[in-house]
Amino acid sequence: MSELLKVEHLHKEFDKNVVIKDMDLTVKKGEVVVIIGPSGCGKSTFLRCLNGLEEIQGGSITVDGSLVEPKKKDIIKIRQKVGMVFQSYELFPHKTVLDNIILAPMKVQKRNKAEVTKEALELLEKVGLSEKKNFYPRQLSGGQKQRVAIVRALCMHPEVLLFDEVTAALDPEMVHEVLETMIELAKSGSTMLIVTHEMAFARAIADRIVFLDQGEIVEETDKVKEFFDHPQTERAQKFLKTFTFDE
Amino acid sequence: MQSLGIDVLFKGTNMLRLLQGLWVSVAISLISVAFSIVLGFIVGVLMTSENKIIKAILRVYLEIVRIMPQMVLLFIVYFGTTRVFGWNLSAEVSAIIVFIFWGTAEMGDLVRGSLKSIPVIQYESAKALGLNNFQVYFHIIVPQTIRRLIPLSINLITRMVKTTSLVMMIGIVEVLKVAQQIIEANRKASPNAAFGVFLVVFILYFLICWPVSRLAKILEKRWA
Repeated sequence: MSELLKVEHLHKEFDKNVVIKDMDLTVKKGEVVVIIGPSGCGKSTFLRCLNGLEEIQGGSITVDGSLVEPKKKDIIKIRQKVGMVFQSYELFPHKTVLDNIILAPMKVQKRNKAEVTKEALELLEKVGLSEKKNFYPRQLSGGQKQRVAIVRALCMHPEVLLFDEVTAALDPEMVHEVLETMIELAKSGSTMLIVTHEMAFARAIADRIVFLDQGEIVEETDKVKEFFDHPQTERAQKFLKTFTFDE
Repeated sequence: MQSLGIDVLFKGTNMLRLLQGLWVSVAISLISVAFSIVLGFIVGVLMTSENKIIKAILRVYLEIVRIMPQMVLLFIVYFGTTRVFGWNLSAEVSAIIVFIFWGTAEMGDLVRGSLKSIPVIQYESAKALGLNNFQVYFHIIVPQTIRRLIPLSINLITRMVKTTSLVMMIGIVEVLKVAQQIIEANRKASPNAAFGVFLVVFILYFLICWPVSRLAKILEKRWA
């Protein structure tokens, strides 16, 4: 399998406050990598660096052979290869569901409206939202909005998808519908980087787990079940313990 | 009950004169509002600039406009500039300058506020889809800004229309001045004219401002 994403010696700080230090990570095509770790460990910032939403202070990020540099014009091309789904959905409130989805394929990729619309409707059908195509985001539930956001990212045919705590703002019963959608995507061979606090989901979907703490990778393994049952490092043990309750 | 004194308006060309006066008010408002919206957009965008000098200048500008009564501004521009700078501005031009000066500052501040109220992450989600800076503004930020601006700017526009009543102080014969003239001229014949004529002036202002604010309500509902 070929390397799709390569991060080398990544260093990121906000005003001298180091958020990510000397981080290396390689993601291959078709892999599902789940990043977990305590709040403030740099997970979300790491994802944001990958499509150039954050400037980096050291190291390099390569997507499909091109270097990610937020200030260069090429960033537009890279962002088309990197789909991103946010915690707060971030649909465009003044556009309908369908217009949200077809905007970027039409304006950025200059694709034909009829063709994009057809694809958008097929994708909406897959996530069970085709009858909502003319609704505005405010008329949808959180779970529905998030599924639309996923479809919006998919319609650009990205090489890799980034999910930044996409269920954190959802009611419990809506978490499931979004996670189901993501599991379907994983099965269809999408390359995904997922930041989440849903441990059962992480366990089910991950090909590889990356445990991040204080801006560093503390543990990285493709033995997913083993990681959750018997984490190697003390920090990971401590972190995973916060998800269980002793009687 | 005594006569309301509206009958005065049906004598001679009085009603026609009143409507001509109204047109003067509306024309000054229209020109000023149109310029204020365009210039206000530019000033509003500049107000969100990171440049400290630009920010400071615009801050001072806005404060001057807020602090100064519009009448003082009118007097400065109409009477003040004539001798000091030797400008011979007509009353109408002076009024329009003052109203644009005022409207641009207020409109600019509304644009600034609306732009700032769009969350940063909306820019980011648009960029994440590969939109370039122009596309982000054109498709995502500006449409949302305009939707937020409508109710605020309608309020400003109706305020500007109403404030044109001040321009009679620099000798412009607009609707309120005509009303006064009619009342003065008919003091003996219809002593009650003040009530009736000002009532009609009130209705005329209402007929101008009400459709504007209705339109705002409709747009607000449609875009909510």
